[in-house]
This record gives sequence, structure tokens and C-alpha cells, in this order.
Amino acid sequence: MVLNADFIGRAYPASAPYLVGREKIREFARAIGDGNPVYFDRDAARALGYADLIAPPTFATVVAMQASQAVMFDPELGLDFSRVVHADQYYAYARPICAGDELIVSTRIENIRMVAGNDMLTTQASIDTIDGEHVVTATSVLVSRGAES
Amino acid sequence: MAATVRYADTAVGTELPGASFPVARVDLVRYAGASGDFNVIHWNERVAASVGLPNVIAHGMLTMAEAIRVVTDWVGDPGALLQYGVRFTRPVVVPDDADGATLEVTAKVTELLDDNCVRITITASSEGQTVLGKAQAIVRLA
Repeated sequence: MVLNADFIGRAYPASAPYLVGREKIREFARAIGDGNPVYFDRDAARALGYADLIAPPTFATVVAMQASQAVMFDPELGLDFSRVVHADQYYAYARPICAGDELIVSTRIENIRMVAGNDMLTTQASIDTIDGEHVVTATSVLVSRGAES
Repeated sequence: MAATVRYADTAVGTELPGASFPVARVDLVRYAGASGDFNVIHWNERVAASVGLPNVIAHGMLTMAEAIRVVTDWVGDPGALLQYGVRFTRPVVVPDDADGATLEVTAKVTELLDDNCVRITITASSEGQTVLGKAQAIVRLA
């Protein structure tokens, strides 16, 4: 299938606020096997100057999950989810995500192009606090494999 | 931020301590639950095979999370990480046996940048084959 290049620049409504909880950070850190005390112990995080626990760098994927699904399941875009492969992931951090942050995700389609018969979709998600402080930008490239590949 | 590694002590070619991460089926189940990514190819062998995979594969995002450990453990403060990107070039295949898979990660400084920042290039492999491409991080050192 061929994605419509007219969708380049399409912006999705900002997500509902995601409240970053201490136990969710701890659960995620355990799931990636990372015992760094700044993910578990408030005193350790405070010793580095943070107000509360910070989250591992890829925790941004948890915050952005609903927003990414809004794109993947956008009926007008017409991505065939069963053929989608995550090709690239890139994060640019203004600061680490911290317990207590209330974050909203604003996603837009940066690019759509055809490479070797496969659709490549680049999305960019800006993760900001509800007060408008920028925290992290997540750029993802998804590849939808063509029917013959 | 409080990186413990000093920029002045770092040069192009400085190697970070590597690490080895076992990846068993239970780890994929735990990651699915914690991350919210329940894609069936990460826990169901029948479905994985039906889409042409050799077996269940690890979440790319789990591999990405493990690979950056080499950097965050070295630098001391994970908040010193400014940029991190990877390309998922080959899946980590996780067999349903006692050993599972193993992810081997190494990293070294490949560029000195302004403002006490360095670029680090990461290699991640499983079964002797590279699984991440263009895996790079930029961190700010002390």
C-alpha cells in the first residue's frame, strides 16, 4: 500500500496529561533490569539535584504510547499495523522525565516516503509539561512493508 | 546534573565498560506489561512464525533501553544524556529455553563536542550479529 504524502505535516490533538508516578518509574526500571538508584530512591535522585525520582531515558516511550497509537491506528492514514516495523528511534532531551511531571504529547507526521517498495513514516512527538516546559522530543521511523516483501 | 566523568579525562577512542544482558522470555513479558507494548510477536511463537520470524523477538525498545545502560552507568547521572538514537537493524531472537538470548553492548567516545559534550557510538550484538545501527548518544560530562 502507498501512504498519502498529503499527510506530511498532519498534527494530532495533544494527548490527555500523563502523570508520571514513582511506582511506574520503578516498575519500568525493573522491567529493563536497570537498578540505578536514581530510578528507585528519592534521596539518590535529590543528591543529583532532582526534585524526585527521574525516569530511565526510554521511559518516554511509555508516555508517548497512546499518542503513537493514535497515528498507527489513524483510519485516514491507513497504516497496515500488521506490516509495521519500528525502524529508527531518536530522543533529544531537554531534561530527564521526573516523577510528578504531568506530560502532554503533541505528535505530527514529519515525513512519508517510499523506499524500496516500503512506506517509511517519520513522526515527531514533543513531550512537554502541562505548564509548557519542553522535556523531550521523540522521533520515530516506522516502516510498513510492501505486500511483496 | 552531576556527571562523574570529566570531559578533560576523555578522548576520542576512550572505551566505556561494556556489559552483557541476558534476555529471557520472562523479560519480554515483564517489559510488555511495564511499557504497554503488547505486540504479539514479542510473546507468541505461533504468531512470530506466521509473519516469517525465526522465533519470538525482543522489543526493539527493550534492546534500546539496555544498550544505553553502558552510557548512563559510565556517566553517573542518566540526566546527563542529551541525545540518544538507534536504528533497529536486526531482531534479538529469544528462544524458549533456559538460556534465552544475550545482548552484548560496547561503546566508545567517537567525537569531542562543545560544552563538555561527547558523542558516544554504541555497538549491540546478539549471537555475534549486530542488532542496532547508528546507535549514538551525546552526553554532557563534568
